[in-house]
Amino acid sequence: MKSKYSIFSLMRNAMGYHQGWEQAWRSPEPKSEYDVIIIGGGGHGLATAYYLAKEHGITNVAVIEKGWIGGGNTGRNTTIIRSNYLWDESARLYDKSLKLYESLSQELNFNIMLSQRGVLNLAHNLHDLREISRRVNAIRLNGIDSEMLNTADVKAMVPILDCSKNARYPVLGASLQKRGGVARHDGVAWGYARAADARGVDIIQKCEVTGILRDAGNVTGVETTHGTIKAKKVAIVTAGHTSHVAAMAGVRLPIESFPLQAMVSEPIKPVLDCVVMSGAVHAYISQSDRGEMVMGAGIDHFVSYTQKSTLAVVEQQMAAVTKLIPILSRLRLMRQWAGIVDTCPDASPIVSKTPVEGLYVNGGWGTGGFKGTPGSGWVFAHTIAQDRPHELNAPFGLERFTTGALIDEHGAAAVAH
Amino acid sequence: MFLINCPWCGERDEEEFSYGGEAHITRPTDPDSLSDEEWADYLFMRKNTKGVYLERWNHAHGCRRWFNMQRNTATHEIGGVYKIGETPPK
Repeated sequence: MKSKYSIFSLMRNAMGYHQGWEQAWRSPEPKSEYDVIIIGGGGHGLATAYYLAKEHGITNVAVIEKGWIGGGNTGRNTTIIRSNYLWDESARLYDKSLKLYESLSQELNFNIMLSQRGVLNLAHNLHDLREISRRVNAIRLNGIDSEMLNTADVKAMVPILDCSKNARYPVLGASLQKRGGVARHDGVAWGYARAADARGVDIIQKCEVTGILRDAGNVTGVETTHGTIKAKKVAIVTAGHTSHVAAMAGVRLPIESFPLQAMVSEPIKPVLDCVVMSGAVHAYISQSDRGEMVMGAGIDHFVSYTQKSTLAVVEQQMAAVTKLIPILSRLRLMRQWAGIVDTCPDASPIVSKTPVEGLYVNGGWGTGGFKGTPGSGWVFAHTIAQDRPHELNAPFGLERFTTGALIDEHGAAAVAH
Repeated sequence: MFLINCPWCGERDEEEFSYGGEAHITRPTDPDSLSDEEWADYLFMRKNTKGVYLERWNHAHGCRRWFNMQRNTATHEIGGVYKIGETPPK
């Protein structure tokens, strides 16, 4: 049993010069067999392991991660959380996720630093304004908070935004989701890891899956750099490498992988207390607790697995952002990086069974997987445990590409792809 | 970011080009006879290879012509450029 993090444990450990903290999770050697193996120790994989143990009582589970947990896309996103999606299917899935986020720090006994500071989506022309109004209405019909702001409201909320008439990107209004915001992305991975470990899940880092073993169409285990591990069920949650890992089991997916870039400026005093997004210029901006301006850009439009930043995208991004918020033009960038995003043709994820019995896939979250982390893990655990999707993720099956029941969320994705 | 050797214009910056995705996906010759699964495969399923990949590019801000390219998606190393209809480099 893990000791609980609290003000008292903090005081007790302060007395001992913080030498007495126990490790948050074990680093066990893999067993020879598990009920469920989860490939990928990012937020989604760890959340899946946690909910398998908590909701379904399946604790003989291993999470196998080729690097370190949260070192992939979980640690590379811009930490934005929201559920302002257009279609009913997405609204239900993403809002389930947001609701889980709202109580996650208490549930995991780990501060994920959720800050529901509000997310603004700007309208720069009349078409944007009509489209955003339509979205606000659709979102409200789904019982999710959303409201329209006019230019004066936006200016009052974000004084540093250029709302003048002659601005390069005039601000005609915005939609606002007040429950949206940001959270500490590593904290989400660490919190789930610690809570899953406490329930008996083995987290195995620096162990790469090199093959998926099958016998007569059934999954029997995985081949790894630490040897063969048997399993009754195997789940692929490897954002950035979903097609690559699925191909090990001969499963073809409708996914293409692109680099998505983000960057942070040098830290400054607080100037922005919400998240500002603009679909038209592919910008999403917030200010971290350390004062850095965190800015997400668009994708490079060619398949790549390199996680390399390219100058052209940074340049386009900065050109747009400095027009939106002119004071940023005098800041220097401290860091820039890229993560590989697996995008589906309809900009919606795949949380599904596969043609291989006992093999499950959760991927294709595209440019916005972080906000989906808890809901994704919750429905995926159900899918694995019951061998059938939960009603929340049933529409997100692989079959939709055959039936044609696509869930077109290109508009809500904020980044064109 | 890389330089692409357009078969008609020579070496140019990647920014001048637009991407056409996986190459050599053959359009169905008899669309009426295709099953839903075959349509899904043609329309949506992609190899998305990590490694040597054959893909289509268009010199959008140049000659505006399409061509094929062999590129390693894990390193951005370009193995060769060839015209539509030609066989890919070995």
